[in-house]
Amino acid sequence: MPETAKLAVSFQVNGQPHTVEAYPMARLLDVLRRDLRLTGAKEGCGEGECGACAVLIDDELVNSCLVPVAQVEGCKITTIEGIAGETLHAVQEAFIECGAAQCGICTPGMVLAAVALLERHSAQPTEDDIRSGLAGNLCRCTGYMRIFEAILQACEKRAGADA
Amino acid sequence: MRSFLPAYDMRVPLELDEALETMAREPGEWKPFAGGTDIMVLLEQGKLADRKFLSIARLKGLRGFTVSDDHVTLGAMMTYRQVQATTILQQEFPLLCRAACETGGIATQNRGTLGGNIANASPAADSPPALLIYDAELELVSAQGARWVPYAGFHVGYKKMNMRPEEMIRNIRLPRTKKNWRQYYRKVGTRRAQAISKVCFAGAALVDNGGITGARIALGSVAPIPLRCRKTEALLQGPLSTEMIQASADQLEREIQPIDDFRSTARYRARVGQKLLEEFLLGLMTTPAGRPA
Repeated sequence: MPETAKLAVSFQVNGQPHTVEAYPMARLLDVLRRDLRLTGAKEGCGEGECGACAVLIDDELVNSCLVPVAQVEGCKITTIEGIAGETLHAVQEAFIECGAAQCGICTPGMVLAAVALLERHSAQPTEDDIRSGLAGNLCRCTGYMRIFEAILQACEKRAGADA
Repeated sequence: MRSFLPAYDMRVPLELDEALETMAREPGEWKPFAGGTDIMVLLEQGKLADRKFLSIARLKGLRGFTVSDDHVTLGAMMTYRQVQATTILQQEFPLLCRAACETGGIATQNRGTLGGNIANASPAADSPPALLIYDAELELVSAQGARWVPYAGFHVGYKKMNMRPEEMIRNIRLPRTKKNWRQYYRKVGTRRAQAISKVCFAGAALVDNGGITGARIALGSVAPIPLRCRKTEALLQGPLSTEMIQASADQLEREIQPIDDFRSTARYRARVGQKLLEEFLLGLMTTPAGRPA
């Protein structure tokens, strides 16, 4: 069987430029975890159902298990490792305050889905927006209520800060 | 088992001509790859038979949409998120927007494209019933040129399409003729969000003086291909009655070919399809035109 050569792919991750040598169909998830040692994105299902591997590509939420690395040339990628600045992101603070994490496997994806949700809704998202914004992220521990409450709290804090 | 990565190749052309020439040189060898939300699942499962892919994500002219007096034309790389956010689609093609909202979660909607959904040719896909209702047409391009084909008739068997191996879908064109029709879309899956359909139903009807003067019915997940049910449609003429609902539900059962599989049973699919038809018809008397029930 003829073997495909590895490809040099350049992109930004959390503001830092990177070039990796990888097979073109390698999953972005594996490149992040193995080549760049960014193990925040988790593999849950490997088929785009669970959202544990969620990252932002050019500010849009995607499942990194479904993205071949050849397609991210020149893209700007944000992983959970790039969400906090000097201090934690408001969503991260709210997750801690509300006790929205248990085993933690889904947490990076949940936080990224919530960050993307807040970005999409510059006004206050409705409860329905929050539920559909999280529909692609599965959690087997919390029963979702505390995650939901954490996101509500982050939204309310933002609204309070804007007022 | 995972796939052996060195056995797979992907190129990322920037120009459509370059992509089409590659496909023409080795017909059937290179497959267009859009958002990858279906193909990558097969890769991970070790079931991806095709080996060489052309990413069409960077090609110019496959994104965005144009509007003329008669048509709205959508680029094949338009994502489900873009479909949902497009005002003219919300106003005139609400069933397509509903399908786009109900396909996967946000992360899938950000990557998944209309062209990819069509070419993946799953009978359980969510947009095809809407496209059938709207008499969509597809523009297929190859190095030899472009041609328009009606979407009805594009799927000719399970995962088989009326498209040559060197062709790809460039545009999807929707005639602006259903604005005043009453429209209905409902997908039934295991849960409300992000499930693959057990049954997906799209309907539209033109109602005049209390009688039906035109009807469209299309279903997903009830046959090897997305199915427009013309014989059922033919029974939907004139004032709505209990007899009409019963006769059309009986005809629908004869017209679909559902199967038992890991998602549902043939019996359940047939029964739910009939109930969705009934819900659509009963809603006709109360739903305003142009709004999905």
